[in-house]
Amino acid sequence: MSDTDNKVLPLKKLHEEAGARFGVFAGWSMPITYPPGVLKEHLHARASAGLFDISHMKLILLEGPDAASVLRAACPLEPEKLADHHSKYTLLLNDDAGILDDLIVTRLGADRFMVVANAATAEQDARILAEFAGGWNCAVTPLDRVFLAVQGPEAIDILAKAGLDLNGLSFMQGIEPRPGWFASRSGYTGEDGGEVAIPSDEAETFARKLLSDSRIQWIGLAARDSLRLEAGLCLYGHEMNPEVDPISAGLIWAIPKSLRAGGPYRGAARMAELAANPPVQSRVGLKPEGRQPVREGTELFAEDGSRAGIVTSGGFGPSVGYPVAMGRVRATLSADGTLLFAEVRGNRIPVRVHPLPFFPHRHHKG
Amino acid sequence: MPKVYFTPEHEWISVENGVGTVGITDHAQEQLGDLVFVELPAKGKKVKKGDGIVVVESVKAASDVYAPVSGEILEVNDAVSSDPAIVNADAAGKGWFFKLKITDEAELSGLMDEAAYKASIA
Repeated sequence: MSDTDNKVLPLKKLHEEAGARFGVFAGWSMPITYPPGVLKEHLHARASAGLFDISHMKLILLEGPDAASVLRAACPLEPEKLADHHSKYTLLLNDDAGILDDLIVTRLGADRFMVVANAATAEQDARILAEFAGGWNCAVTPLDRVFLAVQGPEAIDILAKAGLDLNGLSFMQGIEPRPGWFASRSGYTGEDGGEVAIPSDEAETFARKLLSDSRIQWIGLAARDSLRLEAGLCLYGHEMNPEVDPISAGLIWAIPKSLRAGGPYRGAARMAELAANPPVQSRVGLKPEGRQPVREGTELFAEDGSRAGIVTSGGFGPSVGYPVAMGRVRATLSADGTLLFAEVRGNRIPVRVHPLPFFPHRHHKG
Repeated sequence: MPKVYFTPEHEWISVENGVGTVGITDHAQEQLGDLVFVELPAKGKKVKKGDGIVVVESVKAASDVYAPVSGEILEVNDAVSSDPAIVNADAAGKGWFFKLKITDEAELSGLMDEAAYKASIA
């Protein structure tokens, strides 16, 4: 596939100036690494601050008196209980309760919600939300924005110095600081920080303002992945897909208790069955005993040689200094410390079920 | 003086007295990024040209390193398996992977010299 087939980030020029190496992710030409390389980028985000271009992700605005009703029908969510400026992690399910995407929904007002969707599933999500909105008084509008994440212990201070003060927000709260902007205290690294959606014509100026702070540097998708994996966070297409239900994916916490055994949302009937007969798989952290990483798709075996499950994400954790992975295993093998074996190139590598996250979250809880 | 050859898969082999020392090029280590794990072959193993015999793992992915020529593994560089960053720091020197006794030096004639390799990655 040539580069011309892929979607190009509006700030491509800035990434080229920074010496980015590009690769394709979800149909987008994305910066994978910058000259410091994935290890240093990862450590810099944890030590100081990283700037991530996540414009491949999509913001979808739901607006109208029925916006909450549309979300209640589409997601296992209680939008009416969401206070203004509060965000909630939720899911989009199919009729079999398979996961079509994970979303962050922020209430911006009585009739106004912002949805953040993944790149590969953005068009699908916008279409599904528009279908649910049919016949209701709710406009579903995908927005064209440059979307930047600033993550790390210095992130909030750097954003404030660049003119965007998120100090008044706690983790998982969001605002519209200027016309056409959306900003939330959130992220996918386990660190404090923010995510900022900016109209395209204002984005370069703001990005350059951020970059003029010596504490921040660009971080590519490779380190974004190792950061989220150390933080034990799920990635669509890895820990979840349409074949995996919220319980097997270890994401039942994302569904309010009152909706776990059914409700008005799509997939609820199947969720009721799963509540009565829980699935036999669950998501776990995995720590290989040696230095060798185990990768996505690697098969896992129990001590008795029987199949235990599969690795869903695997790599190396630069901040913890050892290989880290997540997988789905038989629920009876999911206790911390359980010894399993990963089959890598014909060898069985010992791995232990490990508590998540590998690296502690440092979100600002307010 | 050892003579150095290069493969299209970005390995180098430095040959002296029928023994080849094998590593990956600086270009290759740069493409792979920071290495975190290197799996070396067993001493005494007989390998054929083109066999995948070393696995290098970066933060993101695993990649094979192929035997540039056929031969028998005489020695492996344990320093790189205990500290894979050596490969990133000095791929053409201290970051070598193994030495092998070359079965047939005629196989070297299919490889590139440094000028041809540099042109191939330019």
